[in-house]
Amino acid sequence: MSGNMNLTLNVWRQKNVADKGRFVTYKADDISPDMSFLEMLDVVNERLVKKGEDPIHFDHDCREGICGMCSLYINGRPHGPKRGITTCQLHMRSFHDGETITIEPWRAEAFPVIKDLATDRTAFDRIQEAGGFVSVNTGGIPDANEIPIPKVIADEAFNSATCIQCGACVAACKNASAALFVSAKISQLALLPQGQPERYRRVQAMVAQMDAEGFGSCTNTGACEIECPKGISLTNINRMRRDYFTAKFFKEEEIN
Amino acid sequence: MVLDSKIPEGPLAEKWSKHKFNLKLVNPANKRKYTVIVVGTGLAGASAAASLAELGYNVKAFCYQDSARRAHSIAAQGGINAAKNYRNDGDSVYRLFYDTVKGGDYRAREANVHRLAEVSVDIIDQCVAQGVPFAREYGGLLDNRSFGGAQVSRTFYARGQTGQQLLLGAYSALNRQIHEGKVKMYNRHEMLDLVVADGKAQGIVTRNLLTGEVETFAGHAVLLCTGGYGNVFYLSTNAMGCNTTAIWRSYKKGAFFGNPCFTQIHPTCIPVTGDHQSKLTLMSESLRNDGRVWVPKTREMAERLRKGEIKVSDIKEEDRDYFLERKYPSFGNLVPRDVASRNAKEAADDGRGVGASGKAVFLDFAESIQRLGRAAVEAKYGNLFDMYYQITDENPYEMPMRIYPAVHYTMGGLWVDYNLMTTIPGLYCLGEANFSDHGANRLGASALMQGLADGYFVIPYTVGDYLATIGPKPVDNSHPAFAQAKKDTQDRINKFLSMKGTKTVDEYHRDLGHIMWEYCGMARNEAGLAKAKQMIRELREDFWKNAIVLGENEEMNMSLEKAGRVADFLELAELMVDDARERKESCGGHFREESQTEEGEAKRDDENFAYVSAWEYKGDDAAAELHKEQLIFENVKLTQRSYK
Ligand SMILES: Cc1cc2nc3c(=O)[nH]c(=O)nc-3n(C[C@H](O)[C@H](O)[C@H](O)COP(=O)(O)OP(=O)(O)OC[C@H]3O[C@@H](n4cnc5c(N)ncnc54)[C@H](O)[C@@H]3O)c2cc1C
Ligand code: FES
Repeated sequence: MSGNMNLTLNVWRQKNVADKGRFVTYKADDISPDMSFLEMLDVVNERLVKKGEDPIHFDHDCREGICGMCSLYINGRPHGPKRGITTCQLHMRSFHDGETITIEPWRAEAFPVIKDLATDRTAFDRIQEAGGFVSVNTGGIPDANEIPIPKVIADEAFNSATCIQCGACVAACKNASAALFVSAKISQLALLPQGQPERYRRVQAMVAQMDAEGFGSCTNTGACEIECPKGISLTNINRMRRDYFTAKFFKEEEIN
Repeated sequence: MVLDSKIPEGPLAEKWSKHKFNLKLVNPANKRKYTVIVVGTGLAGASAAASLAELGYNVKAFCYQDSARRAHSIAAQGGINAAKNYRNDGDSVYRLFYDTVKGGDYRAREANVHRLAEVSVDIIDQCVAQGVPFAREYGGLLDNRSFGGAQVSRTFYARGQTGQQLLLGAYSALNRQIHEGKVKMYNRHEMLDLVVADGKAQGIVTRNLLTGEVETFAGHAVLLCTGGYGNVFYLSTNAMGCNTTAIWRSYKKGAFFGNPCFTQIHPTCIPVTGDHQSKLTLMSESLRNDGRVWVPKTREMAERLRKGEIKVSDIKEEDRDYFLERKYPSFGNLVPRDVASRNAKEAADDGRGVGASGKAVFLDFAESIQRLGRAAVEAKYGNLFDMYYQITDENPYEMPMRIYPAVHYTMGGLWVDYNLMTTIPGLYCLGEANFSDHGANRLGASALMQGLADGYFVIPYTVGDYLATIGPKPVDNSHPAFAQAKKDTQDRINKFLSMKGTKTVDEYHRDLGHIMWEYCGMARNEAGLAKAKQMIRELREDFWKNAIVLGENEEMNMSLEKAGRVADFLELAELMVDDARERKESCGGHFREESQTEEGEAKRDDENFAYVSAWEYKGDDAAAELHKEQLIFENVKLTQRSYK
């Protein structure tokens, strides 16, 4: 079709965690600009399968930028060249005919490669298991409108809560720090009245787990904020620090 | 076998409270002696797993994604209904009940729907307590919006990401129980079979999607919360991994399948652009609050527009046909989904569609932007507009969106009784995976409500009754049924891996999707369905001969995963077609061309079809047997639905 592009892909292939891995070059011909990036990979994969070659493995599910499953480091940037979107929302019209595209997995010690472009991000789940919740059981809850919450607070909590746990912040950071991700969850709950009773325990438990998972420390370079597909702001990290130090220097009964 | 829906006696509004009182309880000290398997961690599964663990049961939870939080509930946009009547606009439990039964075109059980409406109010309380940041008004109280099929504002929302926020709430409750050691979470584990031993569901077979290991897990009860099967159509608003495997395998082990043909086609999705398309993206129904649906009045004008000879702005107000407002003055753009979808298809079939393919209609915000200001529209729908822009490269603030119906939700699913138990003792089914509550058409914002109702507020009571009956005798996987099920699964995997044909599994999936969309989609008729049945059989036969599956079992293997899912879709599709043929009436999303009113609306046949179809598997080569659960309406009067 006219307007379709011929591209060259430089793709990271790695059989499993033990394999050293290497780049392999593929031709991606006749790619429509209306395809999403992952649909372009689907096309390449179908052609590989027909030739009897193992398809390029990558994680994905919703394909609408909300599940956080897709990842891909494209031309040196998490989720590719555009801001504010995930890889599955990136369309081929952002590339031009004849271009060479380099595709790698997230690179971070805490995210080991599983196969090709798929990585293990379960460290994020474990951090939330450590304290990313409000300890309420099902049932016996007072009416939802019993505690009014100022709209600005609710909206700000929502902004923190839009994180999709994709890990782009870690992939973007030269230290592979998870501070943006962890602070977003901490902020959401620290902003809301429902999160107050456990506020200081939560921050300590989650930060301790983050450190245990082998993420690097945050040195305020801010790459994470730029690459975050959901625009999670650095303010969250400040909130986390404030709560963390408050918790460290004061006794719980003094601050609560 | 006689289907027993176990609907409690007594007046509608008292059934659930009475039933809860009559259910057997498990002594608190005994709860830890039981293990419950929960497959799926969407709204239904995560809420069930967390609530059961809080009660003291041991829970093993499973999902195919790398994290429980990625279940497709995360993608729900618009909102969740609850009969809070915070708006003072005349809402009540009874009205929510009534709207839902009517919206479902009188093909759901009154008792189930009333229970759903009753517990809806508790759901909102629960979510707020977990820290779900719902939208609020300046006074600090919760905000509401309106959704299709209702004339009150009862939909709670979190911008355009309600499902995400609700799921994160349930996921946090789940995490708390994982932390407590009461839930053991198995991610990247796909359930491939059910184990039935001594007539009861006692476990599951899974494949570890990282290592390929096939394992069995035993429990006192198994809860399937595995979501919908809309991906049988290939293109749908579902996630790529959504599948029917868990419920289909269970069907083949004896669980009846309820109303398989009831599919919801959502009116507002981004239209298809080409063959490469892998999924369709929904634009939330909430957009119909402020967007106006139209096409050009004449075919000539539509054609010139499609060819690019004129621009949208060249079409004068009087040359635009706001067909929903014209035909349904009282509900206007907010008619239920099935009605809106059919009307869009009609406009396109009439040659008045827009976009290059003509398979689209406009959803126009110009008037709202003028009335409310761009900032207000952005605050309400900003993320949806951005999503649209990303996909189409067109700016919906400046020109109308193009939308077209797409497969979205499956009302059908495993048949369950009032306790959410399937026809296999000990096997429960929750959320979109079951057939309950929505009849022949689901109203917007009611699936999130149902998933959470099932998980937080229904199953904790009903599963206890069963567990108390069977007693806390330890279960393990020593029964020969486990070894057999495991072997069957391994054999099936080996069979897939030996398939070295010429056609990819995706190609088969696409072909199946074309057949289903063409003959078992928005409009169905006898000849088309008969043809579809034949085509599906041929395609299935060809699949087992000519598909290519690469790689090994002992690794992450996309091609193997996909093959298993598509093989099951190829079987389910035929049952959907059988069901659609059997139901010769039109109702809700099921439109049989032979059964329409003079005005072209769906015409029900209550005399002959006021039942739930429940299909029993009889073997691969035998026809499935149809059982009918008659629906009894004691509270609402069956009328022809009218939204005029
Ligand atoms: C784009 C979109 C928008 C929507 N918007 C709304 C809305 O605004 N309001 C509303 O009320 N409803 C909405 N719906 C419908 C609603 O989101 C779903 O019906 C509901 O969330 C389904 O929840 P669930 O828990 O039943 O299943 P899901 O959330 O789909 O979860 C299924 C779970 O099962 C697991 N699973 C599946 N198969 C297997 C297997 N074989 N082995 C192991 N695990 C398995 C998955 O990993 C997942 O954890 C929307 C749906 C879509 C697609
Ligand atoms: S696939 Fe879900 S965010 Fe990209």
